[in-house]
Amino acid sequence: MSQNGAQFFEYVLRLGDNDLILSQRLAEWCGHGPVLEEDLAQTNVALDLLGQAQLWLEYAGKIEDKGRDADQLAFLRDTHDFRNLLLVEQENSDYAHTIARQFYFDAWHFLLLQALQSSSDQGVREISEKSLKEVRYHLDRSSGWVIRLGDGIEESHARMERAIHALWLFTGEMFEMDAVDIEMKERQIGCDLRALRDPWLNQVSKTLEEATLKVPADCWMQRGGKRGIHSERLGYILAEMQFLQRAYPGAQW
Amino acid sequence: MVTTPNAKRQNLSRHSPAEAGRRRTRNADIWSWLEEIMDPEIPVLSICDLGIVRDVHWDGAEAVVTITPTYSGCPAMAVITDEIRASLQKRGIARFRIETQLSPAWTTDWLSEKGRERLREYGIAPPRPKSSGPIACPHCGSPSTHLVSQFGSTACKAIYVCDSCREPFDYFKCH
Repeated sequence: MSQNGAQFFEYVLRLGDNDLILSQRLAEWCGHGPVLEEDLAQTNVALDLLGQAQLWLEYAGKIEDKGRDADQLAFLRDTHDFRNLLLVEQENSDYAHTIARQFYFDAWHFLLLQALQSSSDQGVREISEKSLKEVRYHLDRSSGWVIRLGDGIEESHARMERAIHALWLFTGEMFEMDAVDIEMKERQIGCDLRALRDPWLNQVSKTLEEATLKVPADCWMQRGGKRGIHSERLGYILAEMQFLQRAYPGAQW
Repeated sequence: MVTTPNAKRQNLSRHSPAEAGRRRTRNADIWSWLEEIMDPEIPVLSICDLGIVRDVHWDGAEAVVTITPTYSGCPAMAVITDEIRASLQKRGIARFRIETQLSPAWTTDWLSEKGRERLREYGIAPPRPKSSGPIACPHCGSPSTHLVSQFGSTACKAIYVCDSCREPFDYFKCH
């Protein structure tokens, strides 16, 4: 694979891994949702993200051109080969944490996919166009819950407040531009992630304000996920997600 | 992957008028067979009513059926692909391929009128833009209904409740 191809592969892998890991996290709620409607909603969002992950990873495999398909990329890589943001691998914890994680991600995901609609690459454009329609619903729902819980009862307010502060330090990584991002932006395949920061903060502030919550103050930001440096939590996610392929290599349905 | 109408015309014009005629007939046949394949999760809608089948054409001696997913994670797509395959094989089409096309992204605007009517009869409120007024209850017709959740039993449906007859119902949401 040429150097150009390697960077492009890396870029698409990041897009796919974010969707895949968050989807896996949300799927943990299956059968455990606080109410039936939320159980369904949570797993519907997980399913959308899984579909999107499949499209991105299949495409990454084509770019890499070594014969790996979406399944191989999902099931036969170890933690250091995953390129997802640290935010999406954070634990579900209580419902407020799950919602805060989703809200931060959805607000960013929406802006990102919107920006990628003008990518110079047809594959990136098509997958973004398809995904954006689904993510609009995700953002609607997670914003709605931030408001309901934040502007709810004392207990739900306190929990939502804790969650949005606890996860804040994982939001910086979304807007970081490393060598891969810079090259992708120069080739007009990717977009300027830093430019998403202001509209993201506007959207987040507006929703938090409506939810009677305070926007967390600037703080030191944790990073590393995009380079494959993860928390131990990702290992547990993969141990479950990849169990079948680890126990029975090559098994197929 | 995407075939433009021009390319299709050129495909036909390579053949004699009689051969072109036969191919058109076969295209119509294939469309009618696909019309018999129902969505596994909403068994009153055919995959043509849903707008999943985007195109049928011939690439030389090979039939090409182009489909598009409704939602990217819709698990019905694998079943639908299997059923298309089985249907073509059963009718003796020896050479064919099924292609997936992502763009333009599927929209509920592609739902046929017949499909919308069948949804309503089945108890699912058909999609309509927000600007065109409230979602009417498919059971009693009352316009007085409210949203319970944007996410229902499948990715394409939301859960509503009727304030008049108090029945819950699915709404096929606009996409």
